Amino acid sequence: MRPKKSRKKYGGSRGGDIAIFILLVLLGLFMLFPIYLSAIQSIKPSEELFLFPPKLYAMAPTNQNYVDLINTASNMWVPFSRYIFNSVFVAIVVTVAQLIFSSSAAYALAKVQFPGRKMLNKIIEITLLFTSTVLYIMQYIVMATMGIIDTYLAITLPYIATSMGLFLMRQFIGQLPDALIEAAYLDGAGQVRICWQIVMPNVKPAWLTLMIFAFNGAWQITGYSFIYNEALKPIPTVLQQISASGIARAGVAAAATVVLMIPPMLIFLLCQSSVVETMAQSGLKD
Amino acid sequence: MAKQEKSLYIEDNKFRYTLREMKKNVGVYGLIAPYFVLFLIFMIIPVCISLPMGFTNFNMAQFPRWVGLSNFYSLFLEDEVFLKAIENTLVFAVVTGPISYILCFILAWLINELPGPMKTVFTFVFYAPTLAGNIYTTWQLIFSGDTYGIMNAYLINLGIAKGAIQWLTDANYIMGVLIVVQLWMALGAGFLAIRAGLQGIPRDRYEAGAIEGIKNRGQELIYVTIPAMGPQLMFAAVMQITSSFTAGDIGRMLTAFPTTDYAGHTIMTHAYDYGSIRYEMGYSSAICFVLFAVMLIANWAIKKLLGKYLD
Repeated sequence: MRPKKSRKKYGGSRGGDIAIFILLVLLGLFMLFPIYLSAIQSIKPSEELFLFPPKLYAMAPTNQNYVDLINTASNMWVPFSRYIFNSVFVAIVVTVAQLIFSSSAAYALAKVQFPGRKMLNKIIEITLLFTSTVLYIMQYIVMATMGIIDTYLAITLPYIATSMGLFLMRQFIGQLPDALIEAAYLDGAGQVRICWQIVMPNVKPAWLTLMIFAFNGAWQITGYSFIYNEALKPIPTVLQQISASGIARAGVAAAATVVLMIPPMLIFLLCQSSVVETMAQSGLKD
Repeated sequence: MAKQEKSLYIEDNKFRYTLREMKKNVGVYGLIAPYFVLFLIFMIIPVCISLPMGFTNFNMAQFPRWVGLSNFYSLFLEDEVFLKAIENTLVFAVVTGPISYILCFILAWLINELPGPMKTVFTFVFYAPTLAGNIYTTWQLIFSGDTYGIMNAYLINLGIAKGAIQWLTDANYIMGVLIVVQLWMALGAGFLAIRAGLQGIPRDRYEAGAIEGIKNRGQELIYVTIPAMGPQLMFAAVMQITSSFTAGDIGRMLTAFPTTDYAGHTIMTHAYDYGSIRYEMGYSSAICFVLFAVMLIANWAIKKLLGKYLD
């Protein structure tokens, strides 16, 4: 055995590291530029928004747009805190349910032989590719039949079982060695216990990633066709209503965009830094 | 005597085995039930009702009437815009699909070569466009056709362009602009899944690789990293297929609708045109049906191609 170097991995040189870093920084600037610009637009006073040539920074940065946004928000018929509650509630319910439901179903589809497994796997793969303009109408019909239009159920239930979430988890769980599961099985563990105590801890990067997808998706739920009650609307819908009222609101709209970005970004940083911390130590994979 | 004992033993085992299988399956059905009940109600049933809509004249006002293949005849024989849309969709998919897929993998891998905290920072930077959501107004600001547009202002100041270029309305530029914006947003689910997959490769694989004489990053990538990433690469492929075939929709947000000379018109925008503007839902469903068929073929082809290398 060679003594371990301080580097985590063995391939690659210092010079290569630096080249990679520079390349990533350059590409990263391109990625961040539009987002930076959105943020800058939100702190420009309105007279600066239409200058020629356009400036890439604010000459007299102001928080006026944010103050206007808060003022508009607090003068609404429904207290703004209600909208915040709606969005946070929907995001948490959808994220938690999606994690639990798709992980357990994915374990079964990846690792357990049972009648119907092949068919369910095929269905998931096919629905991943299906997009249709009439799908939401059919969902509306289904929900109307169930009588859940204009309730919280209409903006939570349809978003929990996504083919993508299950497909992601299935791909990761499929990589675990069968021996791991068989060993637990011979020790007398039931399927539910194997799933949560043996399988899930070994696919931590996968469910942390699913958490990012699920939260990001749930945060963008607008419920346009399913929610009519003003008090049940989530934040994105309301902020779009505020900012959709003409050019005078261009600054406020920019502020709203920035505010909307923050929660998914926080969840991302939280989850992704834990993903990076999980460096698999032993050879658990096939 | 001994033989009989043995067969009894097997019989007993078989019985126990069946019982055990059943018991095992009860648990399994319990595991999949919550997911598949919701999936059935909100996905499978709506999909099953919307698929046949392409064969009807559904218009939201009257009960749909069966019209057979007439929607498809009109699509391929009479609707010239649709043929243009197919062409654009294929160009869009063939350009953005492979490029974005390769970018997803290369960038995820390069980030993985960096030390710990930098990994989080750079993953954030490249995934940020997906997190930022719909900042189309900012892209409109960049590509705006007047001199307030950032692109135009800088090109004119630097003397590259003589006058303002109509990025979003000149048929020569629309497709290019859409491809740039699509590539900017392309590092989504597939990219993160590959990042997570790289993070899960056990360290002893690299150690074993080093002992077997791997000398540089390239060899490590080919002999250690890629073979351990099959499922994630497959996931990313499917994700990039869906996004590159359906994302023509950004054209609708970014430019005028419909685009000049239908230069940025894709199958998705065509379906939107008939579905959400003209309320010809039957025709719109037929359009989506064609897109679905194209994506199934692309998916099948990619699986064949990747399957060769990954399995």
